[in-house]
Amino acid sequence: MTQPSFPGSAEAASAASAESPVDSSGPTDTPSDPRQRPPARGSGGQDTVGPLPRGSRFGSESVFKWFTTASGATVLVIIVAIAVFLILKAIPALNADKANFWTHFEWFPDDPTNPQFGIPALAFGTLVSAAIALVIAVPIALGIALCLSHYAHRRLASGLGFMIDLLAAVPSIVFGLWGRDYLVGPVREFSGWLHHYFGWIPLFGSDGPYGKSYMLGGIVLAIMILPIVTSLSREVFRQTPPMNEEAALALGATKWEMIRTAVIPYGRPGLIASVMLGLGRALGETIALALTLGGGFLIGPDIIHNGGNTIAANIANKFGEASEVGRGALIASGLVLFAITLVVNMIARAIVYRRREFLGAAA
Amino acid sequence: MTAITAPSTTRIHVRRLPVWAPVLIAVVAAVAAVLLFKTGKLLGGGWVLTAVGAVLLFLIGLSIASGMVEGSRAARNRVATSLIYSAFVLALLPLVSVVFTLIDKGRGRLDGAFFNNSMRNITTFDAGGGAYHAIVGTLEQAGIATLITVPLGVAGAIYIVEYGRGRLANAIRFFVDVMTGIPSIVAGLFILAFWVLIVSPHLSSTGRPFYSGFAAALALAVLMLPTITRSTEEMLRLVPASLREGSYALGIPKWKTIMSIVVPTALPGIVTGVMLAVARAAGETAPVLLVAGGTPNRNPNPFQGNQESLSIYIYEQASLASKYGLPRAWTAALTLVALVLALTIAAKLLARRNKLNKG
Repeated sequence: MTQPSFPGSAEAASAASAESPVDSSGPTDTPSDPRQRPPARGSGGQDTVGPLPRGSRFGSESVFKWFTTASGATVLVIIVAIAVFLILKAIPALNADKANFWTHFEWFPDDPTNPQFGIPALAFGTLVSAAIALVIAVPIALGIALCLSHYAHRRLASGLGFMIDLLAAVPSIVFGLWGRDYLVGPVREFSGWLHHYFGWIPLFGSDGPYGKSYMLGGIVLAIMILPIVTSLSREVFRQTPPMNEEAALALGATKWEMIRTAVIPYGRPGLIASVMLGLGRALGETIALALTLGGGFLIGPDIIHNGGNTIAANIANKFGEASEVGRGALIASGLVLFAITLVVNMIARAIVYRRREFLGAAA
Repeated sequence: MTAITAPSTTRIHVRRLPVWAPVLIAVVAAVAAVLLFKTGKLLGGGWVLTAVGAVLLFLIGLSIASGMVEGSRAARNRVATSLIYSAFVLALLPLVSVVFTLIDKGRGRLDGAFFNNSMRNITTFDAGGGAYHAIVGTLEQAGIATLITVPLGVAGAIYIVEYGRGRLANAIRFFVDVMTGIPSIVAGLFILAFWVLIVSPHLSSTGRPFYSGFAAALALAVLMLPTITRSTEEMLRLVPASLREGSYALGIPKWKTIMSIVVPTALPGIVTGVMLAVARAAGETAPVLLVAGGTPNRNPNPFQGNQESLSIYIYEQASLASKYGLPRAWTAALTLVALVLALTIAAKLLARRNKLNKG
């Protein structure tokens, strides 16, 4: 613990009267003994005994308070600024768009005479890849979280939790590269196998080529959101009151029944929030999907055929050769992405905020 | 109640599967899976399918055996336990694969030339070249972003914990959390729209917008700010109220109490949070791609002209139609991961030494 070194209580008391009054939680209104006070210290020192001086309007205290308040408000300013500046730059491009932005499927904003672009195919791809990622990642993440919070030995759990955190530290470009060059082979074989035996399901209806598909992108995304979903749900599971768990066990429940009846119902809001956070991350992931998806603007039920695109991946891929209108069009699509993720994140956080006890876990 | 007599007929002990039974079931399941899928070619065969089949057969066998001996509830318990552990193993597979691939492929160009050269005058089909310019760019951008965000983030957290009351504080707290989820590409687009397209023309002599490393640092700062605010807030809340009260009792004004008692006490935790945020920001590709431009040349000046970063370098080299591009990309990836992991591990070790830990 840091121990502040004070010259003496008398000097400290005079400092109290020299500075503005502090928060009421500090008992600073104790009258200081005038006999102990050294005469006339510095600018703020007072010789006469009397009521405490009024806090100066421009003292260090108020400057500091204003500085911290302004810093805190920066976050609000940035969020508003993001919306304002994206709208500002998107409007000219949207005006130049010859097609309907909300219904046109393709993305050719760089045509100088006839720029046409629309969001639905990209938005569809964003949702599909995020949905695949969630379907794969959420059960596994919940299993890991339970393993870390209730099954593994405490010391082992901290080590294994560290491994999962390392997974979060690997940059997304590395996952993208790994997915594009190494995971693509197994996924291609797996897609062929799925089509051969389960081709009657529309999801696996394509007869090739396979590889850089929503399936690959979704699996890579699943690996990337795994640590996020795991870390929040692990904290939530840990918060279960021991009383509830012991009561379930005392009634003769097996460990799994205890988890089903005590741990999961207690943590349900936190679990929903953790899934929403994972969803938010999956919707916004850019570079890994830019490397693993095949591109294109088709909408269909098939997830194993080469192709696929998302809003974020499209921005990364098209930005390099974009013209003025093209850049504005990409900014417009980014605005849509911003709105979607903002809503998803706000819902997730609102759920967490309704349960005060989960707040500490939502870092 | 007359006399307490032990009921002689009821068994106190439940019948349980012997310890060796799950092992036996596992062996049988493995053999059956090999016979069925590998040699029997059911569903096409293949080792992955065989492994998955073995696990499924094990679960089925275990639930049947346990259900017959111990009852259905215990059977369900055993199956759930096995599933939970197998989820864990499943999650470690990609981590192991990524680490193995990184080391295996990244070794190729791990030489002096890689760390001392840029890509200047290296055409698509030339060997050699390096990532010196990219490493410098990453360090500068992450460093500037840290310089911007640490004062802002820490002060914001101080506001939330020490001063914030009422609706403004709640709104800030809520939106700090929401902002942690903003996609990195949106941060990049924001800096593109705001700094590169609107502000930078006023700064250049030609009046044209220009890319710069500083713009990338701004985009990273947008991403780091909420993370740092959030982790600092957590740490400040852990500082015992008695320390603050002791200081107030001595008559120390609030701002001095915060700066010389609260913040120093929470410092190790704050530094941990900052390091984790830097590690995350250093690996970001998308925002840097949009606003730093990228260049094959050395450009140590972050305020003027295109700058490279390790992640853009990986992206460029990986897309290069040349057999020399991919090894460079993997070595750069290894360098980036080593940098990020070193920061992360150092941060975690520091966190362990922190006395303010929750648990």
